[in-house]
Amino acid sequence: MILDYETLKLIWWVLIGVLLIGFAVTDGMDMGSMILMPFLGRTDNERRTMINTIAPHWDGNQVWFITAGGAIFAAWPMVYATAFSGFYMAMLLTLFALFFRPVGFDYRSKLENSRWRNAWDWALFGGSLVPALVFGVAFGNLLQGVPFQFDDLMRPTYVGNFWQLLNPYGLLAGILSIAMLAMHGGTWMMARADQAVAERARVAVILLALVVLVLFALGGLWLWMGEFGFRIESVIDGNAYPNPLNKDVVADGIAWIGNFDRHPSFWIAPMLGLFSALVVALLALARRPALALIMSSLTIAGVITTAGFAMFPFIMPSSLVPSDSLTLWDATSSLLTLKIMFWVAIVMVPIILAYTTWAYVKMWRRISVRDIEENAHALY
Amino acid sequence: MISDLVVDLSRWQFALTALYHFLFVPLTLGMTFLLAIMESVYVMTGKQVYKDMTQFWGKLFGINFALGVTTGLTMEFQFGTNWAYYSHYVGDIFGAPLAIEGLVAFFLESTFIGLFFFGWDRLSRRQHLAVTWLVALGSNLSALWILVANGWMQHPVGAEFNFETMRMEMQSFADLVLNPVAQVKFVHTVSAGYVTGSMFVLGISSWYLLKGRDLPFARRSFAIAAAFGLASVISVIVLGDESGYEVGEVQKVKLAAIEAEWETSTPPASFTLFGLPDQEAQKTDYAIKIPYLMGLIATRSVDTPVTGLRDLIQQNESRIRNGVVAYNLMTRLRSGDTSLEVRRQFDEVKDDLGFGLLLKRYVENPANATEAQIQQAAMDSIPPVAPLFWSFRVMVACGFAMLFIFIFSVYLSTKGIAERYPWFLKLVLFSIPLPWIGVETGWFVAEFGRQPWAIGEILPTFLATSTLEAHDLMMSIAGFVGLYTLLAIVEMYLMFRFARLGPSSLHTGRYHHEQQVSPSGNGPLPGPADRLR
Repeated sequence: MILDYETLKLIWWVLIGVLLIGFAVTDGMDMGSMILMPFLGRTDNERRTMINTIAPHWDGNQVWFITAGGAIFAAWPMVYATAFSGFYMAMLLTLFALFFRPVGFDYRSKLENSRWRNAWDWALFGGSLVPALVFGVAFGNLLQGVPFQFDDLMRPTYVGNFWQLLNPYGLLAGILSIAMLAMHGGTWMMARADQAVAERARVAVILLALVVLVLFALGGLWLWMGEFGFRIESVIDGNAYPNPLNKDVVADGIAWIGNFDRHPSFWIAPMLGLFSALVVALLALARRPALALIMSSLTIAGVITTAGFAMFPFIMPSSLVPSDSLTLWDATSSLLTLKIMFWVAIVMVPIILAYTTWAYVKMWRRISVRDIEENAHALY
Repeated sequence: MISDLVVDLSRWQFALTALYHFLFVPLTLGMTFLLAIMESVYVMTGKQVYKDMTQFWGKLFGINFALGVTTGLTMEFQFGTNWAYYSHYVGDIFGAPLAIEGLVAFFLESTFIGLFFFGWDRLSRRQHLAVTWLVALGSNLSALWILVANGWMQHPVGAEFNFETMRMEMQSFADLVLNPVAQVKFVHTVSAGYVTGSMFVLGISSWYLLKGRDLPFARRSFAIAAAFGLASVISVIVLGDESGYEVGEVQKVKLAAIEAEWETSTPPASFTLFGLPDQEAQKTDYAIKIPYLMGLIATRSVDTPVTGLRDLIQQNESRIRNGVVAYNLMTRLRSGDTSLEVRRQFDEVKDDLGFGLLLKRYVENPANATEAQIQQAAMDSIPPVAPLFWSFRVMVACGFAMLFIFIFSVYLSTKGIAERYPWFLKLVLFSIPLPWIGVETGWFVAEFGRQPWAIGEILPTFLATSTLEAHDLMMSIAGFVGLYTLLAIVEMYLMFRFARLGPSSLHTGRYHHEQQVSPSGNGPLPGPADRLR
């Protein structure tokens, strides 16, 4: 196999995509479950069945998030530096919200007090809703380009503020993200929670899948109208040292949608997103929870990949100085680091998938209200 | 230029969140091993009490672990949010161990911790035991990788500056991983974690013994914690000494600052037991010295000198002058003048580029630095001595105090006479904070002693921050302080509540609070717990 710099840069774009999809499919599932929890669980025990379906898995799921962060640091240090410091308030808000999940899961049922439990239920709800919203908003803004530039020593400076992120397209993407993860969590509830909860989840999934379908299509049409996009004017040498200042970029409203014309195979992603969202609704209608869970995972993969394909090869376009944009060719770490991290990922990811699957298989069963009553002190 | 206020606030935020995170980490490191030991005994002997021990101490562990995970999230993302230039400048090397930590360690620990808590009925005994050991392995592997990352900040090996990308780039992954500083720190740090876990179990078990409650449970917990704790505290002290030796080799400034060693004295250097360091006058008042000791610790010899701070400042001054040359050449290279001659000249001085960057605190372009600014930068190239001097001594005192506690605890538990020494049990109970004081002061020494560098002799701390405004940081610090305080209160409340409840919280019907009170009201009737003796 020829692992030259150019190939590795492309591989790392795929791998970061895989990690982000892995995060949305696993951690997104328990975020979605907790977004639905206050609405679908009517009694304390019903809510506990919902929490306990994810009790053995939330921590492992969350590592997809942490590892995606670490992998972006290792493979795209400039993106890690620019995006996280640029979206400072949004990142902090997400972090503060995420604080309430680990403690919420572990502490909620440790006391019998109903006010205590109710407070933690809303903490879990907020701790899941806010990150889902912010991640969507972040993607919505990346598609539009964000205002940053580099100085001579490559120090990034971001000139926007938090409120500017909440523009119409950003909010559309944010709501799509919430609906998508809630739909995904709903299919998990159909498969694993108490029967009464599962039935309510089924109705929610049908509605949410349709919302996802509409919002995703709307997001695509918006791009079609040619509002945002960036195009590289100069010739890119994929094997050159990564230096984002060495290229010419112009804003071009049809660049994103044009990507799909230049690479017709890219159409697979939006088609997958739309088709599988529809199938999720049908499967929920037909009471097929396990298949619905798989199809909603594919919906997530389709939606995230669509955003990645639209921006290809951009990762973080700059609306302030387009030529300072970060792309998968010029924002990466060195050849050696990409190579080492590639081998680590190639060895470790299959092992991780294997034992994660084992953990899910071992714990797979429907948790009923009776199970909660019988194990009130051992379960969450 | 980034304002001093932004730099100070960024440092405060990092220090607060890192030290807070490390309230929970060491207990996790130690408890996972203790739980694995307890469960191993259960699987080997089949005695129910060991399963109850695993589950009860696991409950307390879980309360702590939740906050460890919570506060760990901050650490993974704070480099990007608050230290953006750092992330760009060294992300090529520093990011790798962080990502590997996720792939190799966090996934393992976090996936199996769910099965540890909820898999008791879904797994066979052996499978569950394997799960518990994997959790311990995972948490310790994560410590390994984070200390590889931290060791590189202290002693950046295997990397070189690349002017094309304006950052440090990895040259050798093996050097990064086998960095002697990282290896020594790893064993020192995880051992400190084992000590923390042991003190925690020992202290709470002592309280049960004092109260005369759940004695078979408490005695066994006491014995395991005492033995594991003694082995661990010896390892902490031995590796701490080894750490001193490594620091003496590669971080001469830190060593001299810890010891308030201003002058290079004739070898072997003596160890200053106590004294009052005076930074301005560059001397230590009222010093009480132990001859030979420092030379032995730092150089393992009686004839190698330990360089004093005054000499180090002088050496740094000449490196700063070199750094100005390096900085000028770097700017020429970056502006396109990449002739072989310039490259060759730059290669000669590029190791001092970081010293040139030190001047950027006082002047935009180091080439324009005045003589006074160079002098100032040299003076600022060592950290404030007094805080290091004192926190180091507090750390060492905690270590030796615990050595005494564990030795005596092992003696009492082998003789089976712990309950006859209530004063000692009380002492152990109130010594529970000692390991935390030790680890927090230890980290303070390690990181404050690294100043003024974010990456030793490569990247100054003040340059490493993000381009943020002071109000951004004030808001985030307020958020962290508020939320962390709230979570600490909740955590402590639950921890005290369940520790007081003891194994009765398992609701097995075998323990103190679940026993029926005898008709005369004179304490519990003999229950199933007594049959366990």
